[in-house]
Amino acid sequence: MSRALPDDDVRISPLRQRLGRLTGYWLALPGGLWLAIFFVIPMVYLLSLSLMTGDFINGFSQTFHVSTYWHTISLYHDQFVRSIIYAIIVTLLTIVLAYPMAYWIAMRGGRHKSTYLLIILLPFFVSFVIRTLQWQFILADNGFVLGTLKHLHLVGSDFHLLATPVAVICGLTYNYLPFMVLPLYVSIERLDPRLMEAANDLYASKLQALLRIVLPLTVPGIFAGVLMTFVPVASDFVNAQLLGGAKTTMIGNVIYTLYLTNNDYPAASALSFTLMGALLIGIFAYARALGTKDVMEAAAL
Amino acid sequence: MTTSVKSAPVARRPKRKWTYYILPVYTWAVLLYLCLPIFVMILFGFNNTKGRYNITFQGFTLKWYKELFAIGGLTDALKNSLTIAVLATIISVAIGGALGMALGRYRFRGKGGVSLVVFAQIATPELVLGTSLLSLFLTLNIPRGYWTILLAHIMFCIPFVAVTVQARVAGLDGSLREAALDLGATPMVAFRKVTLPMIMPGILAGALLSFALSIDDFVTTSFNAGQTVTFPLWVYGSSRLGIPAQVNVMGTLIFLFGVILAAYSILAGRRKKN
Repeated sequence: MSRALPDDDVRISPLRQRLGRLTGYWLALPGGLWLAIFFVIPMVYLLSLSLMTGDFINGFSQTFHVSTYWHTISLYHDQFVRSIIYAIIVTLLTIVLAYPMAYWIAMRGGRHKSTYLLIILLPFFVSFVIRTLQWQFILADNGFVLGTLKHLHLVGSDFHLLATPVAVICGLTYNYLPFMVLPLYVSIERLDPRLMEAANDLYASKLQALLRIVLPLTVPGIFAGVLMTFVPVASDFVNAQLLGGAKTTMIGNVIYTLYLTNNDYPAASALSFTLMGALLIGIFAYARALGTKDVMEAAAL
Repeated sequence: MTTSVKSAPVARRPKRKWTYYILPVYTWAVLLYLCLPIFVMILFGFNNTKGRYNITFQGFTLKWYKELFAIGGLTDALKNSLTIAVLATIISVAIGGALGMALGRYRFRGKGGVSLVVFAQIATPELVLGTSLLSLFLTLNIPRGYWTILLAHIMFCIPFVAVTVQARVAGLDGSLREAALDLGATPMVAFRKVTLPMIMPGILAGALLSFALSIDDFVTTSFNAGQTVTFPLWVYGSSRLGIPAQVNVMGTLIFLFGVILAAYSILAGRRKKN
């Protein structure tokens, strides 16, 4: 190929240089296109489908029918509220359960830190559905927990856990606990140990050091953990399906049934879109409340 | 016991009260809680049950390991899961790895937008990913099945590969590649001999993550599977009827495979450091 500028001082030919400048584009193109076609554009279709009217047999047509939203929200607001309440309870439970553990591993884990982290990740090597089913089995009416308690007459013979909110919340807490431990661990581990020494030198008690130094400095980690648990928990339907009953239905179950059993696509997509909107608004409000600097740090975790 | 003169932490040792042990004991209790379902799964893969119900332990047997493939539907589902996971891993590592390189090293117009999409995709709940993709397929009348599952899996794996590779590329010393170019290597050779070996840990981590995400995925898959059944879908579908012990065995084998791979990559990383 002929060079446009046969200049010996230019080590890389201009053509190469130009191609080189385009490298970023062609490297990003396949991935960017894939995400555009199968993630961004589907969002538009989700919105579009939610504004259609019709039924499964006669087909759906675009009518920009906004009232589907008010209709489905008023019809299923119980499940909506329940999902949010469960998500709040589960998120708080995971923070309480995870913080002491992440603190201990980060501060006193020593050279076994990575072993502890691997154990925390072990459940991920078992399918999510199978893990949840094991809880169905562990919490069963005559399973080894309740069976033993009943045998010892510690609880009444008609006591049960499955199909109650307790079982669903237990399952959700179990499944999303690692998502809270890991970001907390990362943010505690990054703390400068000299800060604790300084607190100690200045006669802070251990509790004061924890409340006034460690906790405020690990807020970004808590933020990341809350994002990683609250969002998936609020939209989960597997735990409510496998461990819950008619009174623990969450919004995910409703969406699943509307799409795949009732074929009521507009209602299902309207709920889906509402859920996403609610979660997005929540995330942004939360980000505003915490300040953008912390959010950027959390995103960098 | 230790002597108590050298340094402050050692000197403090004899003063340890019982409260010192609260946190370690607590941590181990939570770790056990996290692993409890795994123990139950492995144990009941050895359970000598008579019927389809696998609820109480009735004695040790290896027969489920021998009859691992006795249930046709389950075997087909596992095959689908495995082939989809392998294909999704290969394709998403290629596409997502390139995207990660682009985000980590190059400047291009729209970079901010692309990183925002990557971040948004990771933050979007899986339920919304699944239902929006289903809306696309429904509106365009695309029949759902094996290939739509594969498309969806590649879609949710790409951002994770891109993020891990980007982190690795951003931490690289760019002067090494420049040195290779100065010494007359073509950009292709410089990539193969210098950049690729250095970002390999990121690519491997992305591949492991993709495989784990794909083989385990239930939510997105359930919306876009049509009549095709994968391993998690089969297990979910048969949960009302009672889970056959083969599910526990397959779960155990997948678990062991994952643990061995992870342990191997940790040990390999440690060896390199030494």
